[in-house]
Amino acid sequence: MDLWNWLEYAAWALSVAFGLHMLLDWLKTDSSYSEDVLTSSREGELEAMAEEHKVKS
Amino acid sequence: MTDVDITSKTMDGMGPHGTKVGLLRVLGPAHVWALGVGIVLVGEYMGWNFAVGKGGAYAALIACWFAGILYTCVAMIDSEVTSTVASAGGQYTQAKHIVGPLMAFNVGLYLVFAYTMLEAANAITAGYLFSVVATMSGHEAALDQRPFIILVIMFLAWLNYRGVLATLTFNLVITAIAFVAILVLFLATSGVVGGGIMEHAALFEGHEMPYGWIGVLAAMHFGLWYYLGIEGTTQAAEEVRSPARALPFGTLAGIMTLLIAATLTWYVCSGALPWEFLGDGVNGSVAPLFDTARLSGSNALIWLLGIGTLFATLASANGCINDASRAWFAMGRDKYLPGWFGAVHPKYRTPYRAIVFLVPIALIFALGAPLDQVITFSILSGLLGYTFMPLNIIMFRKKWPLNSIKRGYEHPFHPLPAITLLTLCAVTFFAVFLGYGTQLVAMIGFYIVVSLWFHFWRYRFVNRGAQFTMPWPKPQGY
Repeated sequence: MDLWNWLEYAAWALSVAFGLHMLLDWLKTDSSYSEDVLTSSREGELEAMAEEHKVKS
Repeated sequence: MTDVDITSKTMDGMGPHGTKVGLLRVLGPAHVWALGVGIVLVGEYMGWNFAVGKGGAYAALIACWFAGILYTCVAMIDSEVTSTVASAGGQYTQAKHIVGPLMAFNVGLYLVFAYTMLEAANAITAGYLFSVVATMSGHEAALDQRPFIILVIMFLAWLNYRGVLATLTFNLVITAIAFVAILVLFLATSGVVGGGIMEHAALFEGHEMPYGWIGVLAAMHFGLWYYLGIEGTTQAAEEVRSPARALPFGTLAGIMTLLIAATLTWYVCSGALPWEFLGDGVNGSVAPLFDTARLSGSNALIWLLGIGTLFATLASANGCINDASRAWFAMGRDKYLPGWFGAVHPKYRTPYRAIVFLVPIALIFALGAPLDQVITFSILSGLLGYTFMPLNIIMFRKKWPLNSIKRGYEHPFHPLPAITLLTLCAVTFFAVFLGYGTQLVAMIGFYIVVSLWFHFWRYRFVNRGAQFTMPWPKPQGY
């Protein structure tokens, strides 16, 4: 077993850790907030708030 | 259930049209630059040199500059439309507003496939780079590349999941290092600083155009590699603080950076490596900039370009995850795909379901498909997207002329860039057909089948009226 064998194991372990972190946070988020809130995003927020799209003639 | 309203006085955010949790507007022009250049720069480190194999070094240079014109048109057109249609989804959203739902569905799929395939190709490349480093450092047995391929995808997906600011700041740093490495290599090997190793005259003698002009045409396929992905800057549209300023600035600075990087790359590599070796990206020069650094004999340059190669690969994969997830998210938000994908993380303010959903797809392609097929699928999807752009800008200018809505940027010489882009796309389709005709036909067949599915089934679920929330006047003629 040289350094690269250990690095292979470390890469497997880190991959599982990152994957698990996302998965657990995903489940926690989905169970903590209503679907209405999570999917409430609509496009064009900035335009609607800040710009009127009027051009000086 | 915690009900959150980010429009309340105690919380930061914006919420017209009923938005309670939206994407976070935190990015500046430098992040847009990092997103565009970051996706592309790996093409300078490897891949472009197949163009040399198709037609020789001069053909690769001609392809480099013609593809440069193609992408300059792409950057100008995108800058105008996206600074006006400043929303996640980029070209998908542009198509939705300007052309129609079927075009939007197809463009959305082009984007997701182009970026997810490119992400998979980058992960495969990163795994290969780790195996090269292992061999160079004395590891005797063959390195198992799979854990490193998976780690690249999982780490970058995790970074994207946690927030866009950290993701693109990371891209900014590693992309800048990779770009500076090319500049340093040019200065050190061209003779500008100290003695140079360039031997253009000797290397080109008798091999100026080994396959004539048909070789130049064939080289166009890989000429795209110098710039493929710069159009990805548009996906940041909903997360930049000032779309009208940051998007044109970041995109146009990005294409200028790439024109410089591409030309310098061609110059140093073609002046140091024989064209037969340079043009064979499988058994010859896999990473030409790194090989040029090795020829220089400088350990510092070898390290710098080795790190540059790895950073360029990671930056590209990172930008691809960002872009593919935004396109998938935007399609979900409009119900072109199940609305479930249109969710935003209430804490990190990222399209978290889209990010996680695309991880296994990228893993399947990275672990189970050959690299050249993955790259070809990515290029073809990108090329279909570029063909849509000239039609898009012509319709945009016709429906909403310059004096009807405010634009962040107005590109000059319209319709010349659109016509140029369309012509170059036709040439490139022919070039691709010469080398990958079967894949091209198969892919177009795939998009026809999914278009039929969308038209006859999926379209009934689309948010037909609610998807248009921009406060624009009615288009001319309607």
